[in-house]
Amino acid sequence: MSEVMLGLDGVSVRYGSHVVVDDASFELTSGDWLMVVGPNGAGKSTLINAITGAARYDGVIRCLGHDVRTYSPARLARIVGVLAQNHSVGYAFTVGEVVNMGRYAHTRSMFSDRTNADEQAIKRAITLTGLEPLLDQSVLTLSGGELQRTFLAQLFAQDPQILLLDEPTNHLDLVYQEQVFDLIREWLKTPGRAVLSVVHDLSLAKSYGSRAVLMKAGRIVADGTVLQALSEANLAEVYGMDVFAWMRKMLQQWEAT
Amino acid sequence: MGLQRSARASLWLLAFPLVTLVVMLVAIAVGSVNIPLAGTVDVLWNALTRQPQPDPMAASIIVTTRLPRVLCAALVGAALSIGGASMQGLLKNPLADGTTLGVSSGASLGAVIALAFGVTIPGLPYSGVVVLSILFACLSLLVILTLAYRLDSSLSTNTIILLGVIFSMFASAVVSLLVTFAGEQIRSITFWMMGSMASASFPNAGLLAVATLVGGLVLYGCARELNAFAVGEDNARHIGVDVRRVRFTVLIASAVLIGVCVSMSGTIGFVGLVTPHMMRMVVGPNHRVLLPATVFGGATFLMLADLVSRTIFSPRELPIGVVTSFIGAIFFLGLFYYSRKRG
Repeated sequence: MSEVMLGLDGVSVRYGSHVVVDDASFELTSGDWLMVVGPNGAGKSTLINAITGAARYDGVIRCLGHDVRTYSPARLARIVGVLAQNHSVGYAFTVGEVVNMGRYAHTRSMFSDRTNADEQAIKRAITLTGLEPLLDQSVLTLSGGELQRTFLAQLFAQDPQILLLDEPTNHLDLVYQEQVFDLIREWLKTPGRAVLSVVHDLSLAKSYGSRAVLMKAGRIVADGTVLQALSEANLAEVYGMDVFAWMRKMLQQWEAT
Repeated sequence: MGLQRSARASLWLLAFPLVTLVVMLVAIAVGSVNIPLAGTVDVLWNALTRQPQPDPMAASIIVTTRLPRVLCAALVGAALSIGGASMQGLLKNPLADGTTLGVSSGASLGAVIALAFGVTIPGLPYSGVVVLSILFACLSLLVILTLAYRLDSSLSTNTIILLGVIFSMFASAVVSLLVTFAGEQIRSITFWMMGSMASASFPNAGLLAVATLVGGLVLYGCARELNAFAVGEDNARHIGVDVRRVRFTVLIASAVLIGVCVSMSGTIGFVGLVTPHMMRMVVGPNHRVLLPATVFGGATFLMLADLVSRTIFSPRELPIGVVTSFIGAIFFLGLFYYSRKRG
């Protein structure tokens, strides 16, 4: 039996009287890549905010067996890392500086020297993401893809066991989408790791996910293997259209020419 | 490499104290009566080692008039600049500073209320002004940021600055009102609007030194966290920064620094805004280097501004805020113009 890494039990998030996430429960086990799918406003990103403590919630979120509320921010960051969908850096930090910040939770104070583990994690992150040539460049001059790779490198340097990805390839072209997802698949091969990602692209969910959760208006509609959860009937219910027929039509347009 | 940049920054950090020291000597030597640099150094040395002064006239000018004034200018400049740099990092907002956020006006209001209603702590003359100034600086920040968070949780530049400007206008109006009715017991309205170093003294310099040292160390202790905030508050949370604690610490420390400065020298605009920008151009945005750099940069900037304010139309003295605002406005216009032109 594989280890439960992250467990949500009856989690609800309210903004005023508006219920954004309604009684969500699921588990993330070691080796899982859980795809969270659903239309805009389904509460997918809010779910991530609840786990990281950015949104207040009712219910219980457990991480490696303990309530996440008992973790200090730094301890939680050593276990859970987040890749957001948008980044707008305010000042001209270099790529290297931003990647180094990923080691924050592992460093006791600003005066402690970098350990071997720090050096190795940073080096590995930079190599994995192919950022060597950009290390001294200001993040203000990067393209969207380069910026996302920089924050992915920061995330790898942080070296958490669970990755939460909020539409990580939203602004990336097809080549980068594949690169980022391949990198994460590679990362997931080490035992004791798990990924939860919010995605809009159903084909990405299908080709990379091991499990899927389908959400609509704050509620979890289906939870299971990707094929089970994202079945034709479930998708039709959530999106209010025949998604499969639409995808077939899109593909036919290409094949006909 | 990133190393090169940090090595370059370290060299700058060696150069900054030297520049500050030289400017300090010049600022002490130059004035309505010019005293040669060598003579100035002699007088200071004699005063420090408690030896008799061969030229009592020069000694009196330097030790009792200019030295406390230059020290106060340097310390106010340093404190306002490190406060501004910290707030700019924390809020990821290059326009944040005591004046734009309305903290300075709030502090003025506190000081004026203390003076108008004679709020004092027994046995400690002037302490009521300092305490109320600090208190109102903190309260203003609390009011503005609470409102800003309510209106726009992303704390965008426009929201904060707009609220700061509105709050400043309101606080300044109340200050004007109080000054008009209280008359002689409160210093002139120009002092609160434009600042002045004329009331500098050794006790003031001592209090400023303690505040700057403590506040500066607290802020420097948050340098890594400020870097994370400068990248983005969400990113800071994701890498493990205790965002609530750091936000609280930085805002309180900056507000206290601004409060102390305002109670001593009124509202001096643009120092906390311009110095961090200049220093960021030289040493980059990393707060571990940027914060010490702004301490020296701010001290140098304000000593020079004070020198100009008391010499340019001598014997008449300009309010120091006139000089800093002139320099600051031109600097910002240039910065804005070129950054827009570059796209």
